[in-house]
Amino acid sequence: MDGKTAAVTLKNITKTFGSTVANDKVSLEINKGEILSLLGENGSGKTTLMNMLSGIYFPDEGQIFINGKEEVIRSPKDAFDLGIGMVHQHFKLIDVLTATENIILGLKGKLNIKAATKKIQEICDKYGFEIDPNQKIYDMTVSQKQTVEIVKVLYRGADILILDEPTAVLTPQETEKLFAVLRKMRDDGKAIVIITHKMHEVESLSDRVAVLRKGAYVGDMVTKETNVTEMTNMMVGRSVTLNIERPDPVDPKPRIEVKNLTVRNEEGVVKLEDVSFTANSGEILGIAGISGCGQKELLEAIAGLQVTESGHVYYIEDNGEKEELLGKDPLAIAEMGVTLSFVPEDRLGMGLLGNMDLTDNMLLRSFRKGHSLFTDKKEPKHLAEKVVDDLEVVTPSISTPVRKLSGGNVQKVLVGREIAAAPKVLLTAYAVRGLDINSSYAIYDLINQQKKEGVAVIFVGEDLDVLLELSDRILVLCGGKVNGILDGRTADKNEVGMLMTRMGGTQDNA
Amino acid sequence: MHEKHREPLFHIVKRDGLPWYRSLMIRFVAILIALVFCGIITTITTGINPLEVYGTMITGAFGTSRKIWITLQNISILLLISLALTPAFRMRFWNIGGEGQVLIGGLTAAACMICLGNKLPNALVILCMIITSIAAGAVWGFIPAFFKAKWNTNETLSTLMMNYIATQLVAFYTVVWEVPKGSGKIGIINQDSNIGWLPQVFGSKYLLSIIVAVVITIFMWIYLYYSKQGYEISVVGESEKTARYVGIKVEKVIIRTMLLSGAICGLVGLLLVGFINHTVTTTIAGGQGFTAVLVSWMSKFNPLSMIFSSSLIIFMNRGAGEISTNFGLNQSFADILTGIILFFIIGCEFFISYKLSFRKKKGKEEEA
Repeated sequence: MDGKTAAVTLKNITKTFGSTVANDKVSLEINKGEILSLLGENGSGKTTLMNMLSGIYFPDEGQIFINGKEEVIRSPKDAFDLGIGMVHQHFKLIDVLTATENIILGLKGKLNIKAATKKIQEICDKYGFEIDPNQKIYDMTVSQKQTVEIVKVLYRGADILILDEPTAVLTPQETEKLFAVLRKMRDDGKAIVIITHKMHEVESLSDRVAVLRKGAYVGDMVTKETNVTEMTNMMVGRSVTLNIERPDPVDPKPRIEVKNLTVRNEEGVVKLEDVSFTANSGEILGIAGISGCGQKELLEAIAGLQVTESGHVYYIEDNGEKEELLGKDPLAIAEMGVTLSFVPEDRLGMGLLGNMDLTDNMLLRSFRKGHSLFTDKKEPKHLAEKVVDDLEVVTPSISTPVRKLSGGNVQKVLVGREIAAAPKVLLTAYAVRGLDINSSYAIYDLINQQKKEGVAVIFVGEDLDVLLELSDRILVLCGGKVNGILDGRTADKNEVGMLMTRMGGTQDNA
Repeated sequence: MHEKHREPLFHIVKRDGLPWYRSLMIRFVAILIALVFCGIITTITTGINPLEVYGTMITGAFGTSRKIWITLQNISILLLISLALTPAFRMRFWNIGGEGQVLIGGLTAAACMICLGNKLPNALVILCMIITSIAAGAVWGFIPAFFKAKWNTNETLSTLMMNYIATQLVAFYTVVWEVPKGSGKIGIINQDSNIGWLPQVFGSKYLLSIIVAVVITIFMWIYLYYSKQGYEISVVGESEKTARYVGIKVEKVIIRTMLLSGAICGLVGLLLVGFINHTVTTTIAGGQGFTAVLVSWMSKFNPLSMIFSSSLIIFMNRGAGEISTNFGLNQSFADILTGIILFFIIGCEFFISYKLSFRKKKGKEEEA
C-alpha cells in the first residue's frame, strides 16, 4: 500500500437548499489506506457533503468518482453497491433484534442466520471488535451499538467508511478502542472519513485533515505537520484563542443540596440511586458520565420535572434556610421565588418550540405575567432583540421559526432566554453538543459569567477535556450512582474516565 | 463512459417558503385544473356539456335568495363545528367526535323541548336548552379528554366511540318519544305551541346561526392567537415536554380545551334542533362532524381561512346536489366531482412545500 490511490474523488460538488448554499463547488479526495478528518464549524456543510456520498442527498452540480470511475449515486443502496458505508450519529438499529439480525436486515438473498453470524464473527476477529452477534440491541451499551453499526457497514462490503461524530457518546477508554479498530481498518486499505469537533481526536487519529468553511473547501493538511491552533484558525477563518477561563469561585455558599435521591423510570429501572451532593453558589459543578447514566434524571428532578422515589432536593437561601423542591412542579418552584433556569439536552423538543419564532419562544418563560387574559408580546420581543444583539445570533429576523436556525444559534437563543431570568441556579445539559468551536466558547463565556455573578451552575458535559478545564468540582455518575466528586483543578482525565466506567467504582450491578 | 446509474428524471426539493400570493396562485390553479378535469370526466361518462354542469352548480348554491340563505346557513353550521374542533387540533388532540358532541347537544335540547314544553314558560325552556345542550357537548368532550389526561388513552378512538354512544342514545330516545307511535321518528316538536323554538332574528329564518358563527369565529381567532390560554394550547400542541418544562399543567389544558371544543359542538346541536330542524334524528349532524375535520385541516387551523374552506365545501355540496337532481344523475356522481376537487385542493399543498427539479439537459454526460 503506498496509500495514495484515491478511493473517492469529488469534483465541484454544489448543493443548495432553497436559498442557502450548503456546499459550494467542493472538490475533495479520499484516499485508500488513510484516515481523513473532515473539519468545519456547524453549518459548514460536512454532513451534507457526506450525505451526498452516501446517497441521502443528490448533488445539484458536480461529479463523484469512485475508484476513478464516474458514478451517479441516487440512493443509499447505490452507495452500498459502490462500497460506501456511513455510520450516522444517531444509530439506526432495531432494539428487539439481535446484532446479526440487524446487520442482515434488508439484504437480499436467502436468510441464513448461521452463515451470517459466522461471517460477522470473522469480521469481528479480523479487526478486533468485541460484540456478541446473538445479543439483543436493547441489552447493549452505546459503544456496542456503535460497533454493530460499523460491522453492519463492513458486512455489506464497504471499503469507504464515513463516521459522523462517532465519539460523542463514548468514554475515553471506548474511544481509544474505537480508534485502534479504525487504524486496523486503515492498514487494511480502507478509506475512512471521520467527522468530529474534538481537536485532540483529530490529532491522535487522522492522517490528513480537510477543512470546510461556509460550504466551501478551504484546504487540506497532513495532520503531523499541523497543530490545533492552525486547524482551528483555518476552520474559523481568523485566529481564535482556545483557553477556557476558570475564575476562582467568589464566596461559595451551599445553594442546592441533593440528599439520598433515588429515581426510577416508568419501567421501574433505577436511574438514580442514593445520590447526594451539594452545589454551591458562584461555582460550576461539572457532571461527568457516559450518556444515560442518570444525568438527565438528575437535572430534571432538581427542575421539578421528574417523578422521584425517595430523597430530598433542598434549595438553600442566602440565610441558610432550607426549602424542599421535590414534589413541586416548575410553576410551584417559580412561585416559591426560586429562579431556577434549565438548559435541557433536548433543545428543540423541550427548551424551545421549533415552529415558533424567537419572540414566542421568549414568551414561554414570561407569558403568565400580569392578570390580563391576553398575552403581552412587547417584553419578549425586546428580549428576543436583546439576545440576538448580545449573543450575536445569526437569524433573518426575530420572527423566524427557531427550527430554521443552525444548532449554535438555537442554543444561544435558549441560553440567552434562560439567563435573562437572572437565575440563582443554572442547570445545563450538554450545552455545547453539536456546536462548533466559536459557539462553544461563546457558551462557556456565558456560563462563566453566570458563575461570577454568584449563580450555582450545574454543568452536565460529555467532553472530558472541557469539563476538566471549566468545572470547579466534578461529580462522576456511573449507572445512576455517584462514583466520586473530584476537584476540577487537580483531577486527571484518566481518573475521571475510570470512574465513569464500573472499573473505578463499585463492583456490583455489573 | 459506461454509467452504472443514470440520474433520475426529477428530484423533489423542499421550497424555502413561498410568498403568500404564489401559494394562493397555486391553489387557484389547482381548483382550475380540478374543474377542467371534472368537466372531462363528466363529458366522458355522461355526455353532458360540462359548462352546463358548472352553471347548474352555481344556480344550485346561489340561484334564488332562499338558496343563498340556505347555503349561508349550511356554511355557518359547518364553520361552527370546524371552529369547535380547531382548539383541540391545535393541541394535537385529534377530536373526531364532533359528530357525537353535536348530536348529544341536539338530543338534550330536544329533551328540554319535549319534557319541559308544557311545564315551563318558553323563555325558561330556551334557557334550559342552551345550558343543557352546551353542558352535554362539553361532557362529551370531557370524557375522552379526562382519559387522555389521566391514562394517555388514544383520543382518536375514544372520541370516535363517543359518536356511536351519542347516535345510539338518539336512536333510543327516538323510540321513546316517537310521534305518532310506531312511525320511528319524532317529527316536528311543539309544532303548535312553538315552545323551545329559538327566536327569529330580524324576521329571518336563517340569520341566527349565521350571527352565532360570526361571533364564534371572531372569538376563536382572538382566543387562539392572543389569549394566554390560546398560547398554552399551542405550546402543548407543539411539545408536551416543553409545556411541562415551563410549568404548564398539560392535563388541565387538555381538559379545559376539550370542554370548550365540546361546548361549541353542543351549541351547534342546539342550533340544529332548536332553530333549524325542530326535531332530532340520528343523522341530524349529517357527517359534518367529520367534514369539519377536513375544513379545519385545510385551513391549517386558522379560524379566518376556515370561512373560505367551509364555504367551498358547502358550495360544492349544494351544487353537486343540484346536478344530481337536474340531470337525473344520482348523488354518487356529485360525490365523485366533490372528491376530485378536494383531491386537487389537498394535493396542491405538496407543491406549496416542495418543487420538482428536473434533470438537466444532456450537457453533463457529454462532458464526461
